[in-house]
Amino acid sequence: MRYLPLTEADRAAMLKTIGVSSIDALFAEVPAAARLDGLLDLPLAQGEIEVERAISHMAERNIVAGSVPFFIGGGAYRHHVPAAVDHLIQRGEFLTSYTPYQPEISQGTLQYLFEFQTQVALLTSMEVANASLYDGATACAEAVMMANRVTGRKRAVLSGGLHPHYRDVCATYAEFVGFDVVATDPQPGEDESLGQLIDNTTSCVVVQSPDFWGELSDQSELARLCHEKGALLVVVVTEILSLGAVKPPGEMGADIVAAEGQSLGNALNFGGPYLGLFASRDKFVRQMPGRLVGETVDAEGRRGWVLTLSTREQHIRRERATSNICTNSGLCALAFTIHLALLGESGFVRLARLNHAAAVRLAERIERLPAVRLVNHSFFNEFTVRLPCPAAPVVEALAQKRVLGGIPISRLYPDRPELADLLLVAATETATEDDMDRFEQALREVLP
Amino acid sequence: MNDWSQALSLHTPAAAPIAVTFSGNRALQIEERLIFEQDAPGRCGVDLPEPPAFRPCLAGLERRGPVGLPSLSEPQVIRHFTRLSQKNYAIDSGLYPLGSCTMKHNPRLNEKLARLPGLADIHPLQPVSTVRGALELIDTLSRWLKTLTGMPAVALSPGAGAHGELCGIMTIRAALEARGDPRRRVLVPESAHGTNPATAAACGYAVDPVPANAQGRVDRSALERKLGPDVAALMLTNPNTCGLFENEIVEIAAAVHRAGAFFYCDGAKFNAIVGRVRPADLGIDCMHLNLHKTFSTPHGGGGPGSGPVMLAASLAPYAPLPWLVLGQHGLELVEHKAGAAETAIGRLKGFHGQMGMFVRALAYMLSHGADGLRQVAEDAVLNANYLRVLLERDLSLSFPGPCMHEVLFDDRFLKDSSITTLDFAKALIDEGYHPMTMYFPLIVHGAMLIEPTETESKASLDEFAAVVKSLAAAARAADVARFHSAPSLAPRRRLDETAAARKPVLRWLPASPASGAVAAQ
Ligand SMILES: Cc1ncc(COP(=O)(O)O)c(C=O)c1O
Repeated sequence: MRYLPLTEADRAAMLKTIGVSSIDALFAEVPAAARLDGLLDLPLAQGEIEVERAISHMAERNIVAGSVPFFIGGGAYRHHVPAAVDHLIQRGEFLTSYTPYQPEISQGTLQYLFEFQTQVALLTSMEVANASLYDGATACAEAVMMANRVTGRKRAVLSGGLHPHYRDVCATYAEFVGFDVVATDPQPGEDESLGQLIDNTTSCVVVQSPDFWGELSDQSELARLCHEKGALLVVVVTEILSLGAVKPPGEMGADIVAAEGQSLGNALNFGGPYLGLFASRDKFVRQMPGRLVGETVDAEGRRGWVLTLSTREQHIRRERATSNICTNSGLCALAFTIHLALLGESGFVRLARLNHAAAVRLAERIERLPAVRLVNHSFFNEFTVRLPCPAAPVVEALAQKRVLGGIPISRLYPDRPELADLLLVAATETATEDDMDRFEQALREVLP
Repeated sequence: MNDWSQALSLHTPAAAPIAVTFSGNRALQIEERLIFEQDAPGRCGVDLPEPPAFRPCLAGLERRGPVGLPSLSEPQVIRHFTRLSQKNYAIDSGLYPLGSCTMKHNPRLNEKLARLPGLADIHPLQPVSTVRGALELIDTLSRWLKTLTGMPAVALSPGAGAHGELCGIMTIRAALEARGDPRRRVLVPESAHGTNPATAAACGYAVDPVPANAQGRVDRSALERKLGPDVAALMLTNPNTCGLFENEIVEIAAAVHRAGAFFYCDGAKFNAIVGRVRPADLGIDCMHLNLHKTFSTPHGGGGPGSGPVMLAASLAPYAPLPWLVLGQHGLELVEHKAGAAETAIGRLKGFHGQMGMFVRALAYMLSHGADGLRQVAEDAVLNANYLRVLLERDLSLSFPGPCMHEVLFDDRFLKDSSITTLDFAKALIDEGYHPMTMYFPLIVHGAMLIEPTETESKASLDEFAAVVKSLAAAARAADVARFHSAPSLAPRRRLDETAAARKPVLRWLPASPASGAVAAQ
């Protein structure tokens, strides 16, 4: 077996040194009834060629986003990732190290995480950011639980414009962790008046921007209403690139930002691994979940970085920890950091503009189709349209024509017939004019 | 061997002045500034076209003012991150005996396959008809995991081990509530990983600690005394965090079940028993696996991981969404609470789980096969026992006798030397090794938990043992300065963690005095 360096001679010599006659002696503590003598009913070892063939066969049965006109978003976005990113994150020193528990020999990881925290704070216009969580949805649930701790209250108000997976994750945590969530109905294009739902038992209001439907809104007034009642405002961002074009949550009064960072540096990967971003205000830092990297000096006075404020965490605080998270999304955070370092100020802003421009062009085309209506008043790179018929079969028919043309809202809200005709469409810098032509053409053929 | 290890341990005395060079560099000891300190407006590491004129549709919410990101070119970015990488220790550079973390070799085939466009460039909400291969892959992975554990169901969405624990304890609570029997306590051995009590508490349970016995196993009679009608579950790690098999596990499982509670097993140490023991045969109801440990998906400097949860039939109905089921048209994704999935606890994560990790773990399993996986466990246990025997006269073995895939020492051998476990670990850094896990588990004083994994050769273990022996000899000879000043050969000397926590600097700021001082270096 190519990954196992011990030879039979090594094994024999080592057993001798240990002073046992066979490997079985080392498993003597296993109750006899639970010892497996033979092999399990699974295939035997295979070489690279066979394994590559088997997995490639599975890969070939999927339609690759990059091989067709592709317009799907909904919390996971297809962007071009510069070649340098994937090259760098595969350096063994990054790929095959672990959580930087020994800072003297982990300065590489610690320094990029410090850069990552700084980048996230800058994008969101918040004061502090942590070193990542699993994904945007879990970051959102952690944000609510942090707001509960900060306010000493247990009732969160969720906007109907929150990504349904995020809402569902919050609901699961609420049920088992023990807090209440009140969610408004999903009503694209409508005003929500979330302010009316805030009272002095509310720990936070959670809103998404751009929201699940792609709509932008100013949260400043909502922030004021939250703060008036002693509640926090949690802003969720599922498309972090939007912050290259739109006003950041920190400038609208957000207390916590929970976001998905997949758009930068990370492939679609059928949904994971992704990158939970989490930012907040300095004054709440001791209630934050997850790892934090801080600057310090070494014994010679040289600048260096360490994991810090660990007394919040499970390995020190155990049952009183702010979160149980241990392993996070380190390498995804590195990919994000490198991609954003390559983009820099001008590249990030331009990439955002390119996305917005692509979506504006696509919206103009789709709106021209008979009986199709744009639901949004505003958007960044994603918007919702109302079709003259249920969207799910349309998407299926488009897929038959090898066009991946958006998400039928019914896939996420199957129990809401009033949303069945809605289609969520995204366009990024990767969409060409030709892709849009083919999408438009296919839609013309498929729509009644 | 002795002479050679002595030679290896030559080191710079603590007080030796560090030569300052004009460039600030000493050979490959590079001082690398932050990206923010390398900013020069006008540069960019990507070439993007200016979009053709268009009418923005941002509702007056345009970002005003700069973001504050630094501008670098591609060569600078490549050099920056390459230099940072060179400040890291990694499995690729040497033995990484970090107990409880299973720092084994990460096969590069798995990286290649995870990047196949047919797996990396597919969207989680593409029509199911366009991702048949992805579902097949997830199903194949599930079948391997179920066969290896003997358990009938698996929840694949958890993001890592701790998330898997949360999933497991939630399903247990759901099952108890469904039978109208809510309970309030979860028993957690004192030796448990911090995520166990943190998880139980997060799910609303009172955490009741169970002591260990003198053999490093859970004290069964103490455990049985604590069992009662209000105990929801026992969370037991097996092999446990002392690197030992819980030899009374079958009796423990029976007692837990007699009390009407569920048996949760922390499967972080499955590497020791894969292919040799099926957890189902031990009476386990629920167990998370860490694909980033046993199944070698890379640790990536802290993640991402993946924490599938194996479930007994009694818990399977509560598995989180989505479910993958065999329907009329082949494999189908069930994404909502409806029909059979009405009982699901709901969603724990966006989309369908850590697909990129699934691909790597499946490639790992297909490569090893049933025979190779069994060999993995055997070699992991053999390597740990070999180190145990080589080192047990030099360090203090916490519990005598064979261990599983990791071996636990404590600091009795350092008694009265003024050298601590921390000092000993830092001295290992000067010898070119990543230290073992320190101060965990908590049930022995100054713990040193060593896990070599099966991917180390005998020669590599011999070298490591020689170095540890020479350090132990130095400690016995009271060469205290060497330990207290270590590390002196790493990119940094010991870092001031107290200062970091007292006045946290968690991001770069243009005017930060500390940053300014270094920029001038
Ligand atoms: C025994 C044990 N349990 C649980 C965990 C948590 O797993 P993860 O870091 O994947 O969340 C670890 C991780 O180190 C562990 O060693």
